[in-house]
Amino acid sequence: MKAGTTPDIMARHAVSHPQDDSERRPRLPRPLQGTGVSLTGKPHSLRAQLNRVPQAFLLAALLAVSACSDEPWNRPYPTAEARENILYTSFQERPNHLDPVQSYSSNEVAFTAQIYEPPLQYHYLKRPYELIPLAATGVPEPYFLDAEGRRIDAGAAAQDIVYSIYDIHIQPGIRYQPHPAFARNAQGNYRYYPLDEQALEDIYTLGDFTETGSRELVAADYVYQIKRLAHPRLHSPILGLMSDYIVGLADYVDTLKQAASAMPDQGFLDLRDYPLEGVTVIDRYTYQIRIHGKYPQLLYWLAMPFFSPVPWEADRFHSQPGMKERNITLDWYPVGTGPYMLTVNNPNRQMVMVRNPNFHGETYPAEGEPGDAASGLLADAGKPLPFIDKVIYSLEKEDIPYWNKFLQGYYDTSGISSDSFDQAISVGASGEVALTDAMLGKGIELRTAVSTSIYYTGFNMLDPVVGGLGEKARKLRQAIAIAVDFEEYISIFLNGRGIPAQGVIPPGIFGFVEGDAGINSYVYDTSPRGPVRKPIEEARRLLAEAGYPEGRDIETGKPLVLYFDTTATGPDDKARLDWLHKQFAKLDIQLVVRGTDYNRFQEKMLKGTAQIFQWGWNADYPDPENFMFLLYGPQGKVEHNGENAANYRNAEFDQLFVQMKNMDNGPQRQAIIDRMMRIARHDAPWLWGFHPKQFSLAHAWYRNAKPNLMANNALKYRRIDPGQRAGLQAAWNRPVRWPIALLLGLVLLVVLPAFFSYRNRQRRPAYVAEH
Amino acid sequence: MFAYIVRRVAYAIPILIGVNLLTFYLFFVVNSPDDMARLHLGVKRVTPEAIDKWKVERGYDKPLLYNEAVSGSAKLTHTIFFEKSVKLFAFDFGHSDDGRDISHDIQQRMKPSLAIAIPTLLVGLLINITFAMLMAFFRGTYVDVSGVILCVVLMSISAMFYIIGGQFLLGKLLRLMPISGYDTGLDAFKFLVLPVVIGAVSGIGAGSRMYRSFFLEEANKDFVRTARAKGLKESLVLFRHVLKNAMIPIVTGVVVVLPMLFLGSLLLESFFAIPGLGSYTIDAINRQDFAIVRAMVFLGSVLYILGLILVDMAYTVVDPRVRLS
Repeated sequence: MKAGTTPDIMARHAVSHPQDDSERRPRLPRPLQGTGVSLTGKPHSLRAQLNRVPQAFLLAALLAVSACSDEPWNRPYPTAEARENILYTSFQERPNHLDPVQSYSSNEVAFTAQIYEPPLQYHYLKRPYELIPLAATGVPEPYFLDAEGRRIDAGAAAQDIVYSIYDIHIQPGIRYQPHPAFARNAQGNYRYYPLDEQALEDIYTLGDFTETGSRELVAADYVYQIKRLAHPRLHSPILGLMSDYIVGLADYVDTLKQAASAMPDQGFLDLRDYPLEGVTVIDRYTYQIRIHGKYPQLLYWLAMPFFSPVPWEADRFHSQPGMKERNITLDWYPVGTGPYMLTVNNPNRQMVMVRNPNFHGETYPAEGEPGDAASGLLADAGKPLPFIDKVIYSLEKEDIPYWNKFLQGYYDTSGISSDSFDQAISVGASGEVALTDAMLGKGIELRTAVSTSIYYTGFNMLDPVVGGLGEKARKLRQAIAIAVDFEEYISIFLNGRGIPAQGVIPPGIFGFVEGDAGINSYVYDTSPRGPVRKPIEEARRLLAEAGYPEGRDIETGKPLVLYFDTTATGPDDKARLDWLHKQFAKLDIQLVVRGTDYNRFQEKMLKGTAQIFQWGWNADYPDPENFMFLLYGPQGKVEHNGENAANYRNAEFDQLFVQMKNMDNGPQRQAIIDRMMRIARHDAPWLWGFHPKQFSLAHAWYRNAKPNLMANNALKYRRIDPGQRAGLQAAWNRPVRWPIALLLGLVLLVVLPAFFSYRNRQRRPAYVAEH
Repeated sequence: MFAYIVRRVAYAIPILIGVNLLTFYLFFVVNSPDDMARLHLGVKRVTPEAIDKWKVERGYDKPLLYNEAVSGSAKLTHTIFFEKSVKLFAFDFGHSDDGRDISHDIQQRMKPSLAIAIPTLLVGLLINITFAMLMAFFRGTYVDVSGVILCVVLMSISAMFYIIGGQFLLGKLLRLMPISGYDTGLDAFKFLVLPVVIGAVSGIGAGSRMYRSFFLEEANKDFVRTARAKGLKESLVLFRHVLKNAMIPIVTGVVVVLPMLFLGSLLLESFFAIPGLGSYTIDAINRQDFAIVRAMVFLGSVLYILGLILVDMAYTVVDPRVRLS
């Protein structure tokens, strides 16, 4: 879902980390404070005060040592919530957008996906990933029209399909969460519309509106939201993409722009008054999306918050004067039909989601992958969702406190940072990973999954030295691809948490080929032990053929100098850069690192002045098109501001891409993908890098945690055992009290001699002092 | 004194304009409006149209300092600098680039910052003065030498070590208090103990050593000798004469930092997940939110100037010989 230049796959697990309550702390020795105040405040009674010091310390020590409660003192949550069904988790950075038209980053979707319900979702347990209905009654089957508007067969050639029509039926009876936008008074008028500035005088958050209401979800709400993609005051990241597909959306942008220009700045632009040609309401529970040509990937988009319903009342409610000034916007207070609703949004400290009392109900899946039943993942089959009543997200900026709190049981799950890796994981002689005894002793479980993402090192194909499809540059790239040993990189820098990429498609996505057939034969040889990187001699041979024997230009005799542009310039990155230097040095190529800030790096990429760079991509949806397009010519970054950062362009590849992108998965599509991969591997626009492997830890009381890299709405499936959690937290966090007494003793040891010495001085006759 | 304060406030205006101009220059040397838009809109699927739209909405589509496209005074007023800066002088911080009310955010974040900063300052002062007086009282003895060595050791340890070590020892190993977190009202107490203890302890080395030198300087003066010569008890000499006079530099040193307490501590707030103002500016810089950066720098400048004025006023309070004119 995000692209980035720094492959920080060790970031902590962003899902959820519940923790528990605690008892309210026994007071720490207060006499320390009392004594101090009197020392400075009342010097004339010093002796009396000092005389009381030892008693005060002793009293404090006695209190501390005799505080016999076994309840944890370090519990960061209220005691009353100790055994409640609350999931405690954290956020590192506040989400920028919670409006479904804009939320895209993983830290935003982590919230919106629990609150909003698009028509479709991913099956939680089944693999490969499978779309199933969420608010819809079924996964829509498109039908196709030709230029004359006649229905044509689904198997028709792509060029004959002019329109694809999706009729989406939603379930009746679904209701929105309670929200003031729906509240009505006794006369049936909206309670909070219209409001003037005066009415908002004592309003600071959405919770300050005392009355709420609800209404049934209707198909028009989905249509309304699709129209919002083109709203002139909003910035939907998928507007450009969807304008290419949804009929009339591109023109609709202009229509709304004109409409908005004729009204006040923040006035309510009622999108119901402006029809959108390609998206229409058929009946109360059915709407239709008409798209240009064939675009099967639309179904995946229908599982994202962009296509969630938004009630027009909410839009109107938030557009009233004074609302934005109070940060009461749809971007801050989502209004959905999902299992949870956001009740507190204080991004400086805490965000709270509670169970939506109007949730229509859903049950835990009864089917999964083989092995799911054995691992207990089907134990809750058929039970109503969600399991957890409340989710509290607390601000936790640093990894170290987070990790320590996880070990104390105050977070339910955690990723593993490099710093904590040795503490959590032991690596066997043959490379197998297992939890350490300390983790096993706590009942912690390890879950791993290869991410549907790729981190690669790209060559700018517009560069005169490393770019282009000519033989010289190609062989240079192929030589470097052999020399840069990503197996070593994964071992050194990722603690083995990754697999070397053989191509652009990661495991778990259609098109990925396992075994010898999927090996990049330009870099690896096959062996019974799996792929083996070609010897460095082969790379040197290619380098010589490229015109750089022993790293020198055969024509000029000058050493070959290449430039690596990166934003990784901190002290932590030095080891990685040194390693990269070493890889190029194997071929006697001099690598110059051009460190730069993020803005300049972006600028270089946009202008095409970078030579070698690192980049990453996470899947939006489980389709090869979402990866292959990273090498598609018309997506070139320099020319088209697209996502093809290497600016790779190969006519045959591009042609095959167009053919492949709209096909259904099957042998024919696989054959085309294989052909495309052969071309790309041969041209080597990237060093294919690696697919990171996610390691996540979970405590014993955290259930139904199966990594699902596509489903963002997995919170409803999670279950915790609060009783078990509270018990283990208490057992793990008994306060160690004796150091308090020891500390007080030490203080006395220092203070008492000084005190007696002071008293002696005071009592000493003046003439003694003279000597 | 009133005229003096008015004059100092008047002097502050060009300083604030200069600070604002410098902030503006430094910010836009590193970040262009396009960069800001790109960061706000995300790194994926951002179109040039979306960038242009974002800039227009927030007024970043204008020239930075001088607008040649218009005439008259508009050449200066229809610029990003003017439009974004002039309201600051009325303490109207406006909205952040992502639409949040900055004044509201500052009000919200100021409380946790003060909740740490004030106790840390008071506890630190108390410990430092007590420890420094102890060393001064026993000057030349094992207490003094050990104290100075301890101070040097404490000064040599980095703030990060205090934080991580404190969390590890008190929160994790001894399990006496939460490792991090924050709550409101009385529930905040248990979260504040550890950062306050760490904040105070980390300042003992430098503070006590400096205060010791203040005390020793006073203790060697003639009036102290006179006080002793006339038979005053050592405690009276220490508290009535030495402490009182040494308090002049101490109080002025404290007064100057008082306004800055509002701005919080970056490290402590970050490691203890305390939602104060300390991390607000850094977060804004990382997010390239110029609206917040300029507001916080402006506020910092105002508070610093206020601190200096307060110091001058404090001099007149603690030392009657000083007159402001």
